[in-house]
Amino acid sequence: MNALGAVDLGLALLVLAIAGWTIAAREAFAAIVGYVAYGLLLSIVWARLFAVDVAMTEAAIGGGVTGVLLISAAARLRQAQTAEDERPTLPLRLMAAALSALAAIALGAVILSLPEPGPSLAPLAAKNLAATGVGNPITAVLIAFRSFDTLLEKVVLLLAIIGVWSLAPDRYWGGAPIAPRAARPVGALTFLAQLVAPIGVVVGVHMVWVGADEPGGAFQGGAILAAMWMIVMMARLSEAPPVGAPWLRAALVAGPAVFLIAGASGAVTSGAFFALPQAFAKPLILIIEAFMTLSIAVTLPMLVAGPPRRAPL
Amino acid sequence: MPGFATTTGGVLLILAILLPVAGLTASLALGGRRAEWIALTLAPVGVLIALAIATNVLASGAPVVYIVGGFAPPLGIALRADGFSAIMLLTTAAIISAACFFARSGFATPKGEPEARAPFTFWTLIQGLFAALNIVFLSGDLFNLFVALELLTFAAVPIVCLDGRPETLVAALRYLLFALFGSVFYLLGVGLIYGAYGTLDILLLAARVKPEPAVYAAAGLMTAGLLAKTALFPLYLWLPPAHANAPAAGSAVLSALVVKAPFFLLVRLWFDVLPKLPSETAMALLAALGSAAILVGSVLALRQQRLKLLIAYSTVAQIGYLFLMFPLALGGGAWSMDAWIGGVMQTLSHAFAKAGMFMAAGLAAQSLGHDRIKDLGGLGRAMPMTVFALGIGGLSLMGLPPSGGFAAKWLLLTASAEAGQWVWVAVILAGGLLAGGYVYRILAPALSGEPAALNSAPARSREAIALALTLVALLLGFAPQSFFSLIEIGRLPVVGP
Amino acid sequence: MITAATLSGLTGAILVGLGLYGLIADPRPLRKILAFNILGSGVFLVFGIIARRGAAAGFPADPVPQAMVITGIVVAFAASALAIAILLRLVSETGRASLRPDTPGAAQTPGD
Repeated sequence: MNALGAVDLGLALLVLAIAGWTIAAREAFAAIVGYVAYGLLLSIVWARLFAVDVAMTEAAIGGGVTGVLLISAAARLRQAQTAEDERPTLPLRLMAAALSALAAIALGAVILSLPEPGPSLAPLAAKNLAATGVGNPITAVLIAFRSFDTLLEKVVLLLAIIGVWSLAPDRYWGGAPIAPRAARPVGALTFLAQLVAPIGVVVGVHMVWVGADEPGGAFQGGAILAAMWMIVMMARLSEAPPVGAPWLRAALVAGPAVFLIAGASGAVTSGAFFALPQAFAKPLILIIEAFMTLSIAVTLPMLVAGPPRRAPL
Repeated sequence: MPGFATTTGGVLLILAILLPVAGLTASLALGGRRAEWIALTLAPVGVLIALAIATNVLASGAPVVYIVGGFAPPLGIALRADGFSAIMLLTTAAIISAACFFARSGFATPKGEPEARAPFTFWTLIQGLFAALNIVFLSGDLFNLFVALELLTFAAVPIVCLDGRPETLVAALRYLLFALFGSVFYLLGVGLIYGAYGTLDILLLAARVKPEPAVYAAAGLMTAGLLAKTALFPLYLWLPPAHANAPAAGSAVLSALVVKAPFFLLVRLWFDVLPKLPSETAMALLAALGSAAILVGSVLALRQQRLKLLIAYSTVAQIGYLFLMFPLALGGGAWSMDAWIGGVMQTLSHAFAKAGMFMAAGLAAQSLGHDRIKDLGGLGRAMPMTVFALGIGGLSLMGLPPSGGFAAKWLLLTASAEAGQWVWVAVILAGGLLAGGYVYRILAPALSGEPAALNSAPARSREAIALALTLVALLLGFAPQSFFSLIEIGRLPVVGP
Repeated sequence: MITAATLSGLTGAILVGLGLYGLIADPRPLRKILAFNILGSGVFLVFGIIARRGAAAGFPADPVPQAMVITGIVVAFAASALAIAILLRLVSETGRASLRPDTPGAAQTPGD
């Protein structure tokens, strides 16, 4: 085994060890810290699979945003009675373990049985890449070939926002959520936010811009912008807006709405919903991505902030 | 090649999906009162679109196709409507419209307020459900269908806990966890199929699939995931509390339509993606689970103290019938078309009967202030139309003539007999008797005694909607020939293994 | 020989097993949500190896399954957010993070 092989093996074992810790840890907080580390390590695995776009998404969402969501939830759950006493009996746990082990082994065997090199849509994607005018094939899949999936995924986010908001007590409707934040203003955190946020915004916008041709894109860029807003709110430099704020509603729907309008205009200009006129494909993709970035940057922190927890002013 | 180019009327398919998506987006942006108005406008438009799609399918005698974005599969996504899709679209549009008009009085935005929580949530999510269901019935791509299943979950779960009582929150969280487990398993199967064949298009896969380990694993994973979502025995525990605790219009849509979506995908999977897989044992297993669902669900329904819970357990049982269709319709025997029509008929008649019954139960609970079955005395004289709806719906659940439920169960029964699979005959007969028992438990107290004292009189229009839905279930027993021609389109010839 | 891609695929298979165990055996809702995320990431890794094995036409991996993973990660995050919102509301109503159906609360029947 060469050095690189050893690195991969070590990485795989580390990922599995931390995942095992996350499942087994007694304390919720310890498990969540494990999960955040797990997300970051996983993004290295993705990079080793030559999936840089996925690696960025995993790092931003798996490690970052989901981490904040889970940590703030664990903090609020500290007072709650846990369901520890409902733990299944040992024989049941052993059965679950046997079932899970069986599933893992069977899955592993099936994975080894899959053809290598496997069937691939890469050649077809390459052939059609020119029609989209973008250079990053993943962006082409997301915004052109399978744009329908991407639109629906944005609708999933809208439904999730509505679902999360619906969990507010009635008296708070129209009020603002409370985003995860420091208990009081902390100088170091304020300084960090003031320092990091502007840089992060530039990085995020850059990522969307280059995403057309290189790894990156609306989702990764949007996730970074989201993280910046979350840091600013954490440092108490800004607060989550009330859920009824017109600008918030507009920002949430901007991405899907522009996507829908562009899709419908494709029906007029190119004969099919979501078809992109060849001459304008690239600028159109960039416009769609810009609005989607905005929506993602607003949606993710609002999902983390949860339902309104203050009465409307 | 047919199936890979947009056909006449194809644009209707994408419109059926994009209209509710646009409605949902606009509702979130414009908020409150306008969300209600948008939903009430777009649902009937959905009926018209579904009618137009059914007409097109019937006229051409072949599936209607739309290629999204102009990129044909395998790179892109195709939408296809066969007869089963068309009839499900129509059923969905009709029941969603009925639910919207039924929900008006319960989810009105209070005067003087720009927006209120429950109305805003209901009117946006019902459009999300509409869109998600239409995608499930139309999409020809297994991954796109994964996203559709997720849409469905995200729209359905918050409706369960709309009133925020603790037991509804527990029901919603259990529902969500089951649904997520189901989606992840489904997705894993999708991944394995892509790894084996490099496409997720149903039509392309039908030609490429061979019996090999990856396909068996994928079939097992996807089936397990979808069974959890459709709440087939023994994975039904999440369903009764979720369906019984939702507001009546929500219960109606959840029980009538939402659990049918994963069932529909199971049909797609086994009939359209994997018809070449030797599947006798697997199909017998599905029917065995279905039989267990019929018996266990019915017995549990018999033991419930609350009307809405009884109706929810009856859903567990009635879903079981759907799975009797698998070994009978997939075998390629002379009886397979009878079994197919029986299965489709059961899907439709249960949808209409159950939607109407949940609405009727909601009206009864609202007017009486409770839904304890033993205290339903005199309801029949106080709210005759509501009790009539419960009775007509019950007729279809029992499978008594003349009703859609009778046609469905009769067809499944004769197919079982012709196939010599007598065990299903016994189950169907036992299920009918048990259903008779639980329907009697509702009607016996309701039809006896002096008129019950009502807290509030029910709105006539809402009673009429509940009754109309159960009457549709009844009238399905008199369906014209074109109805049967429609649901056979895209199904013939059934390919044996 | 086991390549880096195959190794990731097998890692994915074991993660699926770990996540499945947590989802079934741990009664605590927050831990079930964590287990669901680990299960999901295992599934995504299976897509990853499939993408890598589809390297062709000058691309180091098939872009289609990769795009699907990006969509999947977003959906999984949204699911976690919704699950946690329901859980937190449940705890604020009952003080107890439990999925047991007999959670204390009014047994009043719903109207409509």
